[in-house]
Amino acid sequence: MSSSVESLVNREYKYGFVTDIESDLAPKGLNEDIVRLISAKKGEPEWLLDWRLQAYRNWTRMAEPHNWPNISYEPVNYQDLRYYAAPKTTTPLGSLDDVDPKLLETYTKLGIPLSEQKLLAGVAVDAIFDSVSVGTTYKAKLAEQGIIFCSFGEAVREHPELVRQYLGSVVPAGDNFFAALNAAVFSDGSFVYIPKGVKCPMELSTYFRINQAETGQFERTLIVADEGAGVSYLEGCTAPKRDANQLHAAVVELVALDDASIKYSTVQNWYAGDADGKGGILNFVTKRGKCAGTRSKISWTQVETGSAITWKYPSVILQGDDSVGEFYSVAVVNNRQQADTGTKMIHVGRNTRSTIVSKGISAGRGQNSYRGLVKVLPRAANARNYTQCDSMLIGNRCGAHTFPYIDVQNASSSTEHEASTSKIGEDQIFYLKQRGLNTENAISMIVNGFCKEVFKELPMEFAVEAQKLLGVSLEGSVG
Amino acid sequence: MSATRVQQRDAIPLAPSGPGWLEPVRRAAGALFARTGFPTQRDEEWRFTPVGPIATVAWQRSPTTPGAADRTALAAFRFGQPEWFTLVFVDGVFSEELTTIGPLPRGARVGSLRAALEEGGDLLRDHLTRHAPTDASGFTALNTASFTDGGLVYVPAGADLDRPVHLIFVTTSAAADAALHLRNLLVVERGARANVIESYVTLAPGTRYLANLVTEVSVAAGSWLEHTRIQRESERAYHIALTHVDQHRDSHYRSFSMALGGALARHNLHARLNDENVETLLYGLYLTRGEQTADSHTAIYHDHPNCRSWEVYKGILTDRSRAVFNGKVFVKPEAQKTDAKQTNRNLLLSDTAKVDTKPQLEIFADDVKCTHGATVGRLDDVALFYARSRGIGAEAARRLLIYAFAAEVIDEVALEPVRLELDRLVLERLGTVG
Repeated sequence: MSSSVESLVNREYKYGFVTDIESDLAPKGLNEDIVRLISAKKGEPEWLLDWRLQAYRNWTRMAEPHNWPNISYEPVNYQDLRYYAAPKTTTPLGSLDDVDPKLLETYTKLGIPLSEQKLLAGVAVDAIFDSVSVGTTYKAKLAEQGIIFCSFGEAVREHPELVRQYLGSVVPAGDNFFAALNAAVFSDGSFVYIPKGVKCPMELSTYFRINQAETGQFERTLIVADEGAGVSYLEGCTAPKRDANQLHAAVVELVALDDASIKYSTVQNWYAGDADGKGGILNFVTKRGKCAGTRSKISWTQVETGSAITWKYPSVILQGDDSVGEFYSVAVVNNRQQADTGTKMIHVGRNTRSTIVSKGISAGRGQNSYRGLVKVLPRAANARNYTQCDSMLIGNRCGAHTFPYIDVQNASSSTEHEASTSKIGEDQIFYLKQRGLNTENAISMIVNGFCKEVFKELPMEFAVEAQKLLGVSLEGSVG
Repeated sequence: MSATRVQQRDAIPLAPSGPGWLEPVRRAAGALFARTGFPTQRDEEWRFTPVGPIATVAWQRSPTTPGAADRTALAAFRFGQPEWFTLVFVDGVFSEELTTIGPLPRGARVGSLRAALEEGGDLLRDHLTRHAPTDASGFTALNTASFTDGGLVYVPAGADLDRPVHLIFVTTSAAADAALHLRNLLVVERGARANVIESYVTLAPGTRYLANLVTEVSVAAGSWLEHTRIQRESERAYHIALTHVDQHRDSHYRSFSMALGGALARHNLHARLNDENVETLLYGLYLTRGEQTADSHTAIYHDHPNCRSWEVYKGILTDRSRAVFNGKVFVKPEAQKTDAKQTNRNLLLSDTAKVDTKPQLEIFADDVKCTHGATVGRLDDVALFYARSRGIGAEAARRLLIYAFAAEVIDEVALEPVRLELDRLVLERLGTVG
């Protein structure tokens, strides 16, 4: 049994190829001139440059967090990175017809339905290659309903008033070390605006790809759902295999006004490094949503299987009365992967509700931590939180940790937290085997059952992908 | 040198003379404290605990002549049977006169730590300062450097100390602005059995003082110990305590920690499971009012396989008071078949009270059963309605439910007179909860 299992775990990271493409690179290092260079390359207005410079100055006064997260890594040498890498093209990118065929080939390899005729179920995609957005599909169709879905750079040019109003309103430029770094050097990302009363007719999607060596990727996503609007957004990521760690420090901001709802789903499959923990992506991401309006709703779903190190806490500020926040997460660590992930639910408004379901799976020598905060402020009468975080350990060289913080300042609120740790039972496997399933399938079934509550929150295509990913990153470690 | 540092250094009283082996330990602890000082809220372990004010007070050395306390005044704090072993310390000084010690099993010892130190012997050398790590915090270091006295309970192998030991630490107005550093040592040898109660009480409810306490507990193979702690300090006092328990094979340790008093009360309870098949039960109850802060930090170290730990802490908060709970469970890779369950439940009775709870599991073994749960909430409306529909008045129904919430954990105490006393204290407090 274990030989077939072995082959599964040793399966190659299938997205580890490099695309040989000419790139426009900024010199290594970070200083005010680099910030100015990035801003100039993107032809940004004065206010945005000032915002970046302010963030850069904040960043220089901050320290890389090493004390509190339950992860260990060599401090990043920020002067040895390139902060801008763009596929070289002669014409400005915009329509898919202008895109280098090699790039399109890359995306085809990744299985992204970038060319519109190949689109299956109508997923509009914004693809980010290194630092630059290479094409947004279905744009015209969305525009008919007034939906803006474009690269961040384009949004700055075409809709400066919207960007200026919401940029940094949820994750301020000086929020934390990595958010400040991102604010200073972010090169592109996606921008979504759903106008009043519009329910986005298709799922929107971004695919991130790091190609260039020695670069960091710092994209920024901003999604605004106006009153009564609704949108479901998907995000996926891959990177080539390299021996050195690569930094990914993204920021995602969500704003939901009255009665609006945003659903944000992530399947994160960055290169995780090899079995000895060499290489891999350092995934240091700040994601936060603000339920600014009454009865608004923000829901995060994430399946985290990749990255050498994951440090992310998709959060919701429940500001509007009766607003709802949700967080569904599956985090898998194998080999030497480390994950410190969870969420923050900040209850500000009355009758606000939040649900947290976190499933952590640790295998190999992986270390998996759930870190969460549920805060109920004095005004948040009748606030309600339910948290469930379960861990599964496979083997005794891995670890599962939970650090839930619960701060309550309102007597009419109610919070519940439950956590459990277990292993895959011999008896469960035995039962399934005597029903005719082989060990692999039995384990796959048990693990998928363990994660079911989260997978059912994912849009269908993603749920299928997530289940497959789980199989790849995990099964081999059960013996 | 900052003003705060100077005051911190002055807070170290002169240690009493003791055996030669203790001197270097004390000196090292004093040096450690001089380097680190008191913890601050920048330390993760003390993040929610406002210890800042402690470092700004110029604490006096503990009084050498204690205040007035007599048997009549102390009657309110005694419970159980008169023949229980009762040790009384007034303002940190052992009172021979108020103490009752009957005939002991052969080889057993119940008395003042200071007297035992003056006598010397191997018992203290093997245990005193050997369990609680000096670097647990600045407070522990300061205690190790400066403890003046405390209770000593030694139960030899196979003995059953059939009468409980009650250690009563009482403060009077003479302790105003003093820092008391006391250390207890409880050693229960192989196959022995004991029941020990620590009470921290006051005759001067408005007095401000610092009680800095460390209790070291050794529970040897196959032994059984029930350990109750009742903290009813002055509501202006600072009470900082560490209980460190070392457990060995097949032993059973159960603790009940009740916090009622103090402006700021912090109790750290660490249980280290040093061998297989150990059972550890930790129960706690904190009732806070006014501007009080009650902080319970527990840590259970599952270092070996086949052990079981079970923890339930409950809190009832009103007014502008605050509670902090942090429960850690560490399971080492070799600690397979660990069964650990931890629960923290809080009842908020006012909109201005605040709870910070952080149950924390760190698990490195796969074949384990570990769960934790934490809740913060109010009284159940349905239960209130049910009680009222049965003809119980609104206020009575409220008190009944609050009492039931507390009673659930008090019921876990094995020794009946202790259970009744804890019950009485809850009811007494509920009378003023309103």
